[in-house]
Amino acid sequence: MDQFLAFTVVGLSTAAIYAVIGSGLVLTHTTAGVFNFAHGAAGMLAAFAYWQLAVGWRWPVPLALAAVLLVLAPAFGLLVERVLMRPVQALGEAERLVMTVALLTGCIALARWVWDPNTARPLTPFFADRPALRLGPAAVTWHQAVTTAVAVAVAAGLWFLLHRTRAGTEMRACVDDRALAGLTGADPLRAGRLAWVLGIQLAAVGGILIAPAVALDAQQLSLLIVSAYTAAVFGRLRSLPFTFLGAVVVGLLEAYLAGYLPQNDYLPGLRLAAPALLLLLALLAFPHRRLRGRDRRLVPVPLPGRRGALILAAAIPGLALVLVTVLAEDSLVPYGTVFALGVVALSYVPLAGFAGQVSLCQMSIAGIGAVVWGHLGAHGEPWALPAAVLVAAAVGALVAVPALRLSGIYLALGTTAFAVILDRWIFTLPAFDVLGVRIALFDQGSVTVTGPDLFGLHLTSPAQLLLLAAVCLGLASLGVVALRRGRFGRRLIALRDSEAAYATLGGRLLGAKVAVFALSAGIAGLGGALYGMQLQTVTADQFNLVAGLPLFLIAVIAGLGSVGAGLFTGVAFVVPTQLLGELGTWAQDLSALLIALAGMGLAHSPSGVITRLRAEWAPPARDRLLLGAAGVVLAGCWLLAALDAVNGWLLLAVALVAATAPRIRAAARRQGTVETPPEWWGVRRPWRPEDGEVLSRATAAG
Amino acid sequence: MSLLELAGVRAAYNGITVLHGVDLSVAAGQVVALLGPNGAGKTTVLKVASGVHPPSGGRLLLGGRDATGIRPGDLARAGVCLVPEGRGVFPNLSVRDNLLMMTFTGRTREEIEESAYARFPVLGRRRTQHAGTLSGGEQQMLALARGLATDPAVLLLDELSMGLAPLVVAELYERVAGIARQGVAVLVVEQFATAVLKIADHAAVLVRGRVQWQGHPDSSLHAELSSYYLGSAT
Amino acid sequence: MPLLRAEGVTVAFGGRRALDSVSLTAEAGRVTGLIGPNGAGKSTLFDVVSGLRRPRTGRVRLDGRDITREGPARRARRGMSRTFQHLELFGRLSVRDNLLVAAELGPGRRHAARTADAVLDRLGLTALAEDPADALPTGVARLVEVGRALVLRPRVLLLDEPAAGQDAEETERFAALLRSLAADGTAVLLVEHDMSLVMSVCDEVYVLDLGHVVACGPPALIQRDETVLAAYLGEA
Repeated sequence: MDQFLAFTVVGLSTAAIYAVIGSGLVLTHTTAGVFNFAHGAAGMLAAFAYWQLAVGWRWPVPLALAAVLLVLAPAFGLLVERVLMRPVQALGEAERLVMTVALLTGCIALARWVWDPNTARPLTPFFADRPALRLGPAAVTWHQAVTTAVAVAVAAGLWFLLHRTRAGTEMRACVDDRALAGLTGADPLRAGRLAWVLGIQLAAVGGILIAPAVALDAQQLSLLIVSAYTAAVFGRLRSLPFTFLGAVVVGLLEAYLAGYLPQNDYLPGLRLAAPALLLLLALLAFPHRRLRGRDRRLVPVPLPGRRGALILAAAIPGLALVLVTVLAEDSLVPYGTVFALGVVALSYVPLAGFAGQVSLCQMSIAGIGAVVWGHLGAHGEPWALPAAVLVAAAVGALVAVPALRLSGIYLALGTTAFAVILDRWIFTLPAFDVLGVRIALFDQGSVTVTGPDLFGLHLTSPAQLLLLAAVCLGLASLGVVALRRGRFGRRLIALRDSEAAYATLGGRLLGAKVAVFALSAGIAGLGGALYGMQLQTVTADQFNLVAGLPLFLIAVIAGLGSVGAGLFTGVAFVVPTQLLGELGTWAQDLSALLIALAGMGLAHSPSGVITRLRAEWAPPARDRLLLGAAGVVLAGCWLLAALDAVNGWLLLAVALVAATAPRIRAAARRQGTVETPPEWWGVRRPWRPEDGEVLSRATAAG
Repeated sequence: MSLLELAGVRAAYNGITVLHGVDLSVAAGQVVALLGPNGAGKTTVLKVASGVHPPSGGRLLLGGRDATGIRPGDLARAGVCLVPEGRGVFPNLSVRDNLLMMTFTGRTREEIEESAYARFPVLGRRRTQHAGTLSGGEQQMLALARGLATDPAVLLLDELSMGLAPLVVAELYERVAGIARQGVAVLVVEQFATAVLKIADHAAVLVRGRVQWQGHPDSSLHAELSSYYLGSAT
Repeated sequence: MPLLRAEGVTVAFGGRRALDSVSLTAEAGRVTGLIGPNGAGKSTLFDVVSGLRRPRTGRVRLDGRDITREGPARRARRGMSRTFQHLELFGRLSVRDNLLVAAELGPGRRHAARTADAVLDRLGLTALAEDPADALPTGVARLVEVGRALVLRPRVLLLDEPAAGQDAEETERFAALLRSLAADGTAVLLVEHDMSLVMSVCDEVYVLDLGHVVACGPPALIQRDETVLAAYLGEA
């Protein structure tokens, strides 16, 4: 009984933290219309900042607290609102989601960059020097008491703000009816700003309170938030009282699982994954109203031409050939992942780009592909590769089942929960038997992966595997182009635009959704297997949720509807990291930060960089002479590099200049022609033979 | 003299013209009913009059002065109040909080509540209830009370009767008549004509963006409406 | 025997009855009109007939067969198709692809491209075939929805305000299209606010008010019916 009470006290004090963080999440979601995936990351940054002030620079605790909660947190909230969220306000729900994912990635990268992750940073609990309070048979530490008191104060303060002040009433009015609130003098922008400030402050309070209990680790702290997500989902992302209730359920569940779960090899992971499991169940159990309004601006899904597709499919192995001949042996392995990760990124195109289903667990599914190949294809058996693809596809079909009930951010949350369950539990399991079949995953460590036997050749060298991955990416890209041009691709887009119309035309929703999830999971599984071959040994960490997020981000930046997103993502993910990596280890986190920053630029080209590049490159591509000249210079560079004749950096610079010169020239030429108005023809620019006809036609029409 | 006047107002959405030169005027203390079948452009007339939708041609006059192109917020401060279709209330806010939102007018919460409860006693009895739990008629009263809190000179009402029982509609229009008697110019858009015609001083029928008939509501109007709504005569 | 029959259909949202024991028939080769003021329940009835909403009580029969429990896709394959009052086009696809999606699901799927192109031609939309569907003006978008429904070669066609946003000339052409569809043996059920269109093409008109059928009969009678006018003007 005493033990039970002790667990209850622990559970309730954790619940208090989840409640504080969860209520901040609900506040920003309802008032500003944004589900903030980076909410936990903001709390994490606050915890690090507090450590820096209070421990690093030895500021007095009250001063450090005031600086973080009253200055830094509100400033961060305002910055996020102004710089990140307002530009995408007019775009769809998916774009707002991507912004917060970018922010999450950015926060983690920033924390790792500023605070070296290899240094331990202990934070002492509040009032650690005082003896614990006795409440009957239970002992309550001062930190736990403070935590609970803070949660109660937050609850009371929020109630007072929302129900007893004009500003709070305005916030609720904006949730109810934004347009009407605007007519009655409320400023929805001001309400949104207030929500961001308060939301980040609450995240900061939660982060500082929870940090002493766990290690001060950027990734771990950011993901602790899954428990707070669960609490918020209990409140259907809109009710504060139910969020508090949900927090109590999650907190107690975690504490009791920690206390009473039997100790064996299979169950400790379940305890860690419990909040995610509960999140998945809560998502499926409660009906969810989407926020009102459809996407205001439909971003078209480009229709790739046959010629462009063939060029792309040929360019991929071509690039691989260049890499194989130019690179030194030891950099082939990291550069080889360009194509393998490209395949994983390509899996987003049919699923998110065509069908509009935002799934954040593609990297986890790639992990499944990698381990299945690792185990079944341990001696390079060629049949094991299709088997890995099929197993991954089956897992994808499993994910599709909740996806039938969830959409938009709820699907993103559901797939996040799925990824976390895999990370914390399934991937940590030792080998086990199901129905007589022995299933082995990461064997609680790492799995050795080898290359396949193909046509009597055992592919093992990095160069061979790189070429194999490139051929696979080329073929998969062609396959996705065929999909987009064909019946199934049309159906996926139709389904996304109007499920009601699709159904009344005789289309089956279930079949199409399961098929697209399975298909894209199969592609991801293939990518995972190829990735594993490059790395030779794989661990679960390489396929976790946070590892997959930058890939998703770059794919979004590239344009999820463009088939070229696969290659683009692979290149943009690997190459800058490698180049910067040569400058020093500190640059690694910088490149992650750069990806996040690029994601934040999404508002400027919502249909993706590839669409923009295509538009910019179309004119120079028609100029055969210029293109030919650039091609010759590039080929020359390749030859020199392959012979190791000249310094690599210099050649890279020359190659870049040669590659971009046609575009710059074409852009300059366009500028020259468009701007001159007709009355200045012959004056500011030479008279052309066709001008006379143009003018006479224009005057006749007028 | 007319307080609100639309002179040759034209309006378009995405290049498609929905109002082809509408002339309409409302004097202080007058109730004008704007009738017509669905899709005639009635709501657009109110949007132009409240400044929400800028006209593509013609002029909007307020007390004889040109008010074309003035922003809705400034028009509201100048005394034009729109009660939009579908009950302009916040369903998840209590009656009190709904009224509290009107303090932007500069009046205090107490003043607003007092005058609202005096005019609509039922709201006083329900002051802590969420507006969404009120009956349709009570919600419409709350919307009216919120509109009146701005102390308007011109009141624009859109489809007050939507989804309400005939008796409730009749009672609401009695209140509207009372408001007009205090000197407010009232422009009412309605699809269901009977109830509003009992209190209207003047009626206009809008069909496909044009005023087809305008005058004192009498028996000849009934035949007109029949032809416009059901297309019998042409 | 009528091709389509709704019997005693009742639908309630919360406590409010959107449809209260509504019965209606539509016969092959005839255009049946469904009119009534806003909020009368016309679109709700379409949702029930097309299978997007289950009625609380009542049945829907097609060819005498009870299809009340069948889903929308099943009904589509039995020869029913519809348009929507609030447009439900596939906005990210081109006009032609909108029709192609339907053609590939419908009876003409073997020659889907030909089926789609034939309908585009019949509606005079060939010039717009490659335009993205969400960039169309409302009147044209409604016509594309009609075309998408026609691609299924329906026996029962439900049209929800198809002529809204069309000018007089376009409406005239549309009336001719409706007559020719009926002449081909299609049962057309038409919700429309443009009374001159309804009165000129319909063989029979149902008037719905607050979830009840208040009148039904040939257009000439409906126009003179006092209860119909009362429904539109509000009760006296």
